[in-house]
Amino acid sequence: MYNSMVKRAPVTEDVVSGNAGEVVLAVRELSKTYETRAGRKLVLNSIDLDVHRGEFVCVVGPSGAGKTTLLRCMSGLLAPTAGQVLLDGELVTRPPAKLAVVFQDYSRSLMPWMSVESNVMLPLRAKGMPGSQSRKLANTSLEAVGLADAGRQYPWQLSGGMQQRVAIARALAYEPEVLLMDEPFASVDAQTRADLEDLALNLRASFGVTVVLVTHDIDESVYLGDRVVVLSGSPTRIRDDVSVDLPSPRDQIETKVLPRFAELRKRILQEIRSDRASR
Amino acid sequence: MAFRRAIDFRLKTRLLTIFLELILPVGAVAAWWALSAGSTSVYFPPLSQIVTALRETWLFEHWSTDVFPSLENLALGFLVSCLVGIGLGVLLGLLPIVADAVAPVLEFLRAVPGVALLPAAILLLGIGAETRISLIVFGTMWPILLNTIDGVRAIDPMVRDVAESYQIRGLGWLRRIVLPAASPQIVAGMRTALSVGITVMVFSELSGTTNGIGFQILSAQRSFAVPQMWAGMILLGIIGYLLNIAFRGFEHVVLRWHRGMRQLARS
Repeated sequence: MYNSMVKRAPVTEDVVSGNAGEVVLAVRELSKTYETRAGRKLVLNSIDLDVHRGEFVCVVGPSGAGKTTLLRCMSGLLAPTAGQVLLDGELVTRPPAKLAVVFQDYSRSLMPWMSVESNVMLPLRAKGMPGSQSRKLANTSLEAVGLADAGRQYPWQLSGGMQQRVAIARALAYEPEVLLMDEPFASVDAQTRADLEDLALNLRASFGVTVVLVTHDIDESVYLGDRVVVLSGSPTRIRDDVSVDLPSPRDQIETKVLPRFAELRKRILQEIRSDRASR
Repeated sequence: MAFRRAIDFRLKTRLLTIFLELILPVGAVAAWWALSAGSTSVYFPPLSQIVTALRETWLFEHWSTDVFPSLENLALGFLVSCLVGIGLGVLLGLLPIVADAVAPVLEFLRAVPGVALLPAAILLLGIGAETRISLIVFGTMWPILLNTIDGVRAIDPMVRDVAESYQIRGLGWLRRIVLPAASPQIVAGMRTALSVGITVMVFSELSGTTNGIGFQILSAQRSFAVPQMWAGMILLGIIGYLLNIAFRGFEHVVLRWHRGMRQLARS
């Protein structure tokens, strides 16, 4: 009934290079307007985006661009003003079961009254999976994020990086087709951040899950992504869609010294700079 | 060795705490005993007489006729309050508009001292145990209800997002998210309610009944059985103290996570 954490087919070269066929998540002419005291404020302006199965897509943009708003619309947590989001061809109106979200603020996204294990089990129990089975699956995914021994502790007893690992394990155990991550590594120190980035890459490689990761960090987006979607400032449009043709597996040292890495980084940085200059 | 020393240290601190906690009560009782030993005052009899009265009157002759019925009323009233207060509180907490609409009424009802309703309650409900249980419910429900509403309304929007995105809904959402998230406030309300409950329990027995701890204290006073009167008050003190300890035990278990988290935040 629940295929528990069986490693899926390894990601093919095709997918990694961004030529995958099937679109799993589609954003169509998505716009979002907020009502404010000052009047209506257009935040997202007709966004079109296709995410292919198995892809790792990074969405990067200047701060104040509607990155989080876009991600919340994609996850079904926020209703768009116009346009639609389709997951496997089905219209997303509320958070679908095939999708999991990892939020930036791990200290608030984990339930402090539950042990780490119970936190990971929570969505599984809620969808009716029996206790012993969900416990097993929870422990497998805690192992996958390197927290095999932390199950009995409370999340607040762990370091920030470890708490975010728990949140990732919770998302993983949910066995989603698409994993949305909202600036997941923005509030941890640099070394932990590098570790978590590599964890994200490893998990994608072993479980073949499709990832959309929102970040304001250009280096991170190039290092992680098969594709980097560059957003403009508000009202947000897609400014560029850059295919990252760097070899896999990526490596924190080797990949970042490649001339191609510097080129891509420069290109995206220039896009964001010129976007800012033009307003 | 370090481990051993840590244990020794903890044991010593613990013993010291117990010692400090005992000094004042033991000293006060000893002083009372000594100072009142030769007392000839009708109103302030020697403590030895009071203790004798306590033993003879309350342990355990009036246990089943007075003490137990009083405590039974308290337990039932408190239980009903918890069920109604938490149930209604969760409902109103999840429906902020309704909660805002009924807030003035709730604040008014809460401001009415429960004990002031005794005459009306006797008139309407008669002189059975229901009257006293109802009064206890009326007195203890407000802190639980209002704290539950506050606790539920204060649930972090992020927690709601997580629950929604993982499709945690219905009873699972109530049981696994809403109640535990609001539990620190709910338990604080229950603690307040318990002490109000003891007060209302005693007061409700001062009129319209022929048994209960409160009734016995009142009739002792009316028949000038002063040691018995004081003994009743000491009994009430002991009951309140024990109930408080029991409640602390309950809190210790239910809010273990909350205490740990706060200790960590402080250090």
